[in-house]
Amino acid sequence: MISIIIFAVLLLVGFGYFASNANKIRSNILMGQDVNRSDNKGERLKVMSLIALGQKKMFKRPIPAILHFCLYAAFVITQVELIEIIADGLSGEHRLFRGSLGGFYTFMISFIEVLSVLAFVATFIFLARRNLIKVPRLNMKEMKGWPKIDGNMILVMELILITFIFMMNGADEVLYSQGLSHAENLGDQSFGFAISQFVGPVLFGGMSESTLIIVERIGWWGHILMVFTFLNYLPFSKHFHIILAFPNTYFSNLKPQGQFTNMESVMKEVKLMMDPDADPYAVPDEAEGEAEVARFGAKDVDDLSWKNLLDAYTCTECGRCTDNCPANRTGKLLSPRKIMMDTRDRLDEKGKNIRKHGKDHDDGKSLLNDYIKEEELWACTTCNACVEACPVNIDPLSIIMEMRRSLVMEESKVPTELAGMISNIENNGAPWQFSPDDRLNWRDEE
Amino acid sequence: MSNLMKVPTMAEMTANGEVPEILFWVGCSGSFDDRAKKITKAIVKILNKCEVKFAVLGAEESCTGDPAKRAGNEFVYQMQAMQNIEVLDGYGIKKIVTGCPHCFNIMKNEYPELGGNYEVMHHTQLIQSLIKEGRLQVEGGDMFKGKKITFHDPCYLGRGNNVYEAPREMLQKLDAELVEMKNCKAKGTCCGAGGAQMFKESEKGDKEVNVLRTEEALEVKPDIIATGCPFCNTMMTDGVKNKDKEGSVQVIDVAELIATAADL
Repeated sequence: MISIIIFAVLLLVGFGYFASNANKIRSNILMGQDVNRSDNKGERLKVMSLIALGQKKMFKRPIPAILHFCLYAAFVITQVELIEIIADGLSGEHRLFRGSLGGFYTFMISFIEVLSVLAFVATFIFLARRNLIKVPRLNMKEMKGWPKIDGNMILVMELILITFIFMMNGADEVLYSQGLSHAENLGDQSFGFAISQFVGPVLFGGMSESTLIIVERIGWWGHILMVFTFLNYLPFSKHFHIILAFPNTYFSNLKPQGQFTNMESVMKEVKLMMDPDADPYAVPDEAEGEAEVARFGAKDVDDLSWKNLLDAYTCTECGRCTDNCPANRTGKLLSPRKIMMDTRDRLDEKGKNIRKHGKDHDDGKSLLNDYIKEEELWACTTCNACVEACPVNIDPLSIIMEMRRSLVMEESKVPTELAGMISNIENNGAPWQFSPDDRLNWRDEE
Repeated sequence: MSNLMKVPTMAEMTANGEVPEILFWVGCSGSFDDRAKKITKAIVKILNKCEVKFAVLGAEESCTGDPAKRAGNEFVYQMQAMQNIEVLDGYGIKKIVTGCPHCFNIMKNEYPELGGNYEVMHHTQLIQSLIKEGRLQVEGGDMFKGKKITFHDPCYLGRGNNVYEAPREMLQKLDAELVEMKNCKAKGTCCGAGGAQMFKESEKGDKEVNVLRTEEALEVKPDIIATGCPFCNTMMTDGVKNKDKEGSVQVIDVAELIATAADL
C-alpha cells in the first residue's frame, strides 16, 4: 500500500513539475509576434509526418541517422511499457497486461528489448563521437561548457535507463523461472523475452531470492524514476526537441525558402509616400494614433515571431546548420546554431525576469548586441544552407534578417559599402554608380 | 546590328502598337557589368533565334531592390519595387524572364505582396522549355566534345526556389560530360555574393567564400564551371583567378553555352 502511495505521489509531482515548466516555455514562446501558420493543414501534417515522424532530413547523413533512429524507435516503443509500469505502480500488481495480452505481450517486450540493445550501442557510439572521435560540429566553440555537459548528460541518462530495463526484466526472468516472480504464473518456465531470457540467467543466475528481488525492484523503481528525471530535465535541455520537433515541423514555413517576409509596417508608409493624393500633414485617424508604434525588425526576442522562438526551443544543437554555413566554413564569426542558442538563452532570461518583476520589466539587455554581434549578422550570405540542413525545419536565417532590419532601420548601423550601395539604388536605380540612361548601352556594344 | 541582336524596348513596341509575348528583365549586372553583358546578349540571341517576341525596359528598368532588402533596408526595397510595379503594370506586362536568380526570386515571390503579380521565369527555365518545345535546336557541337562541365547551383535558383533540373537538362544537350560537385543541388555551397555580400568586404575569417566554392568545383577537374547567375559568375571567375586556373578553367553561363552550341 505504501508503495502505491509513493508511486502516486511520484507520478503527480513528476507530471506536475513538468507541466509547470512546459507552461513557462509556452508563455515565453507566446511573447513572440504573431505569424499565421494555421493554413494548409493537410500539407502541414504531411511535412510533420515526413520530417519529424519519418526523420527524412536526418537521412542526408546515413550513419548518425541510423544510430539516431535506433534511439528514437526505442524511445517511442518504450512508452508502451511505461503504460504498464504506471498501471502496475497504481494497482500494486505485477506485469498486469501479460495475462490478457499473451503472445502479443511477449512480442512487445521483446521488441522493446531488441531496440533497447540497439539504442544502448548507439548511445555509446554517440558518446564516442562527442568525446573520443570529437566530430568537429559537436565540438565548436559555442558547445563549450553547459551545452557539452547537457549533451553528455542526456546520453548517460539513456544508458542508465536501459540498464534499469535489463535489471528489471533479467532478474524477474530468473525469479519467474524459479516460480518466485510476483507476476502471475501462466504455467511456463520463462517470460520468453528476446534478450532477457538469455541475459537474465547469465547476469543474475546465481543470486539468492532476496538479492534477485532487490535487483528487480531497483530496476523497476530506477526505471520509472529515470523516466521522470528525464521528463523533467527536458525543459532545461536541448533535448526538448523530442517533443517540439512535432509542432515545429507542423508550423514550418511552406513558402519557397528564397521568399523573405514582407514588412507591412513599412508598406503603409511607402504607399503613403508614393501616393500623390496623400496629405502629409493629415492628422492620423484615432485608431491609428493609438496603435503601438511598430518596431522595425528585431532587437530583442519579443520582436521575433513565435515561430522563431519555437525554433529556438526545438534546436537540439546538432550543428548541421553551422557545418553547412559558408560564412562559418570560411572562419567567420557567424554560426547559425549559436544564433538559435542565443535566442533561447535570452528568451529564458527575459521570461524569468518578467515572471519575477512583472510584464513591463526592462532588464536593459537585448538579444542584439548583448548576445549576437553585428559582425555575425553581416557575415550571412542569405544562402539558406542552414535552413535546408536543419532536420527539424528551424529557420535561423529569418532571425538574422530581422536583426539586420533592426540594425539598419532602427539604429542606422550599416557597413559603409552597403550604405553606398543603397544610396546608389536610391539615386540611380542600380547598386553601382551607373546612370539609368546607360542601361541599354550593351545593345549597341560589340 | 545582326538580326539576332534585335532588342526592342517596351516603349518602342508600344509606340508601334505591338505587345510582346514576354518581358526580358535584364537586371543591373546584366546591364552594366562587362562580363554579364555577354550573358545578356546570349539570352537575346536565343530569344531571337526562337522568334520569341520580347522586349526590354531599357532606361525604364531599375534595380528590383533585392540587395537593399537583403541588407535590411525594407524602405528602399519597397520604394524600388513599387516603382517597378507601376512601370510593369503601366505596360500591362504579364510574363517576365530574368537573367538573374535574384531578380527572379524577388519578382516571383516578393512582388505579389506589394501588388505585383506576374508569371516570372528564370532564363534557364525559359530556354529549357524552348528546347523541349523544339523551338531551339542544340546540335551539341564538337566544341564541347570530351569537355567536363560542372554546374554551380545559384542559391536563389536552387535552394531558394527548387529549380535544380532546368539548367542540368540544358547542359545534357551539350556533347559534354556533366560532373557533379560533392556539394551540389540542395547542398550546393554559396558563391559568397548573396545577401548583399557582393557589395561589401567580407567579415574577418580565414578564407573567402568564393575561394572555398571554387576549390570544391576544381576538385572534379572541370574544363568549364557553368552558372546561371551573373553574381555567381563574377565570384567563381575571381575564385578561378585566385587559384591561377584561368588558363584551363572557364566560368560560363548556361545561356552562353547553349548559344554557342546552337551556333548563335
